[in-house]
Order: sequence, then structure tokens, then C-alpha cells
Amino acid sequence: MTHPIPPGTRDILPDEMRELRRLERELAAAFERYGYGEVATPTIEYEEVLARGDERGAPLAHRFFDESGDLLALRSDMTVPIARLVANRFASAEPPFRLSYIASAYRAVRPQRGQMREFTQAGVELIGVPAPHGTAEVVEVLGAALDAAGLTRAVIGLGDAELYRQLLEELGVPAEAGRRLLDRLAAHDLVGLERELAEIELGAAEREALARVPTLRGGSEVLEQARALGGAATERATSRLAATFEALERRRVAERVSLDLGLLGDLGYYTGAILEVYDPALGHVLGGGGRYDELMGRFGQPLPAAGFALYLERVHLAQTEEERLERGQIEAGAGERPG
Amino acid sequence: MSGLAAPTRALSEGPLRLALPRGALFSGALELLDRIGADTATLRGDSRSLVFEAGGLMLVTMRPSDVPTYVEAGAADLGITGKDVLLEQRDRAVYELLDLGFGACRLVLAGRRGDSSLGESERRLGAMRIATKYPRIAERYFEDAGRQAEVIEVKGSVELAPLAGLADGIVDLVDTGRTLADNGLEVREEIAACTARLVANRVSHKLRAAEIDRLSARLREASSL
Repeated sequence: MTHPIPPGTRDILPDEMRELRRLERELAAAFERYGYGEVATPTIEYEEVLARGDERGAPLAHRFFDESGDLLALRSDMTVPIARLVANRFASAEPPFRLSYIASAYRAVRPQRGQMREFTQAGVELIGVPAPHGTAEVVEVLGAALDAAGLTRAVIGLGDAELYRQLLEELGVPAEAGRRLLDRLAAHDLVGLERELAEIELGAAEREALARVPTLRGGSEVLEQARALGGAATERATSRLAATFEALERRRVAERVSLDLGLLGDLGYYTGAILEVYDPALGHVLGGGGRYDELMGRFGQPLPAAGFALYLERVHLAQTEEERLERGQIEAGAGERPG
Repeated sequence: MSGLAAPTRALSEGPLRLALPRGALFSGALELLDRIGADTATLRGDSRSLVFEAGGLMLVTMRPSDVPTYVEAGAADLGITGKDVLLEQRDRAVYELLDLGFGACRLVLAGRRGDSSLGESERRLGAMRIATKYPRIAERYFEDAGRQAEVIEVKGSVELAPLAGLADGIVDLVDTGRTLADNGLEVREEIAACTARLVANRVSHKLRAAEIDRLSARLREASSL
């Protein structure tokens, strides 16, 4: 007889736990080295407070009532609870605030997809330092965290949440058509994007720019390519991303950063730079982040802010895969095998 | 992002891995690969292997509906599958890069020829009973139009359902329409036009951008010949 646990949750046994704890220590040490003090917040909060993050944020999946009938929820990430913490506890303190966390978060799962309902995030929040310096500092800490985890091959994708929207505006695309294009891009549907573009009355050059710019990804050369495609309009739309990249270069942390002009944030509260983390050993993103300059304002304390979160279990998996690759034990899988 | 996918497999180095759909789209996919200079002769034989190498690519063959699963997890960098499959699995986080043009079909609502039970059920019973292999496409189609339908998922020949009285109509993929006609069914509404698409894993699309863009450009050229 077995006693079930909810789908998307799991037990952790000593062998795995030892490795997870070691990884946590490596990450925590990296955060501490850059002056990011660790905080903890309640796993459960008032639903109304968490929902203030954004209706487009990671949706709250677990809500319930306490003994007095108040609606509570399990947090879906740590960014909103930390915004709340800063507004409550540091209202009269002098920014900036550098905070880190390693904590569990909770999201909905779809059946039979192997998704995680409960997972651990390790990350930092830098509150009170504007772009581009704040963004560059966060990228530096992220790079150090990846190195600390031994993921020296990991790549940080950098985009801008407003880039495409601004390009649509600059090129005079009507709002309604622009929304449809953004929908296609958010769904990673480049076929649909081209199809929608064909329906809009636009010059050939503008159409080409709107189809090609979001597919550009790579080093600083993609900014050149974007300018070549869309001229002054593209230059204006990419100027903030270019400024961020220059700040990264000045800080000497641009090397592992790959620009991605088609990146749109998964979470609604991002306002500028967006980050995604990839490792060649894993088919899923390891984490992400970016700027959310408007979030603190929703808690009555308008301050620029940026941060990132790594999914601890995925980082652990990437570590394991990298080790296996190093040992050369991954079967190439090529060639025909007898059936 | 609602659910957080648990990653299942490592990306490998080496040649790009392309997931190919066995079945109706298989020959079209092989023809396209031939046109970009990959020799697919071994795939055309009666080999029972599932993994092949051709034209600098590792080709893995599978059911069309498994292609998004492999590509999303990174077990394949790229994949070819039908738009019908992508519409049914629209929550898969894959990049849809290219309309490859071949395998053109229509997703349709069909009912018995000369029989009004489809409309009558909707009018008098408030809902149609619809059998389909595409339950999510069907549910969404009716929901978006504010219509009610009881969607019944079947795995085998969908055409049987209205004949045997399981359903009033079907939502299915139609090529020439012969199977429908042979079973006394006719198209009532067209839901979507479908062709084969090239999809990419989200991480591969970033980390192997140049290779993927190159292959994608060659396929785009070859598919417009």
C-alpha cells in the first residue's frame, strides 16, 4: 500500500539532498560575496498582497482560507514577497537594498507533463539602482552564481521587454494589429508573425524589419544588423538594450551574454531588460529575471529594481549533465542501431 | 508561464537533432531533406531503426504528435510536424519557425450527408456531440464561438462515431475528403488550414542560433521550390 503525494511534489532522499545543499551553499556564498544578504518570507501570504504583483505574473495556483476566513495563497515566486518586505521593513532606510533568497515557490501543473508544483528558487533582488548599472550588477552576480555552480558554459540571454512594442510604434503599426503581432511573438509563433505582417499595410522595408528583428540573437553584431534592417526607428527601439550591453562591457561581464531581440518576458512585471539562462546540457531555461521598475510603486515605494531567480533543481540537473558530458559517458546516439 | 516543466533530458553537442514525423508527412519531409542535399535513402527502406544520420543532421523518427514533446524537452533541437498537432498542443513551449508548405490539410467539422442531426442537436438539445482526435482544438473552436458541444475523444477511425451513433458530427483533419465521402459524411465548417511546420527547442534556438538559422534558411528556400 502506498500513500500518495500531490502530483508535482516529491520527497528528497539523502544522496540528492546532500548535493542540493552543497549547491545551495555555493550559490549563497556567491550572493554573500556581492553583498546580497539572505532573507526569508512566509510561504503563505494574503492573496490580495501577492496578487498586487501583476495579473500577468506567475499565477497563484494555491489559495485557501485561514481560521478567520481570510484568503491566503502560496507564493508563485519570491520577487513579489520581497517587494512587500522592502516596502514594510525598509520604508525609512536608505536604498539601495541588496537581498538574496533560496526558497520554495508553488505553481499549477498540467497533468502528465512532469511539471513541478513545488520547486526551489535561488536568486537576488537589487532594489534602488536604476538601469543600466543595476542591470549590469545583477548580470555580474548571475554570472558569478553560475560559475559557483560549475556551469561555466551557461549563457545569459538578454533582451528588452519593450523593444518590439516600441518598434511597432516607431514604424506606425496600428495598435490593434500591433497587439496581434505581440501575441504571435509571445507564443514564439514566427510563422503566425509573418502571416499577420502580410495583412498589415506597410512598406516592404518595415515589414522586413518587423519580421527579422525579433529573430536576431547573438553578440553585439545583432545591434548592427537591426540598425541595417530598420534604420533610425530600430536604432531608437534598441537604444536601451544597446546601453545595457555597453554597461555590461564596461563591467567586463558581457562575454557570456547573448543578445536576443525577440525575447519577451514570461512575467508581466518586467519593464526593461529581460534575462534568461541557458546551459548547453539542458533543454529548458535554468532561470530568468530582469528589471521591474514599476513593481515597488505598487507597494507605495517607487524604486527601480532588478533581479534574477535560478530554478535550483534544474541547476542541479545541469550540473549532473555537465559532469556526465565531461566523463564522456553520454552515448552519442548517432548511427543506426539494430531494431 | 503557469506550470514549471521538469526537464527530462540533456541537449547533446554534435549534429543538430531533427525529429521527423512518421506517417502522412513522412514522404514530404524526406523529399524536402533530399532537396537540401541530405541523402534519406536509408530512411525510405524498411529499416526498423528510429535514428539515422544524413546531411550532417541526426534524424529521429516518431509519431507526429510526439514531435512537440521531444522538441520541448530538448531531446531534439528541431522537429517537423503538422500545424494540427501544434494547435492541439498549443501549451508546448517550442518556437514555430517555418511553414514548410507540404502536407496541406484542413481541420473541419463534418456531419452525415443530408442529415440535420448536427444542427438539430445544437438547436433542440443545446449541445452537439462531437467525436474527435483533437479534443482541445474542438473545445476551443466551439467555446470561442459561444457554442456548446460535448466533445468525445476517440483514438481510432473518427468517421465511425456518427455512423454508429456515438456522436452527431466529427472534428477531424481532411486531405482530399475521400474518407469522409466514403463514409457518407460531408464538411460543414472549416476550422483551420494546416501544413507541415518546422519547430525548435527554446534553448537550442538560442545556443545554436547560427546553425539553426542556416538550416532554416535552406529549408525555406527548398520548400518554396
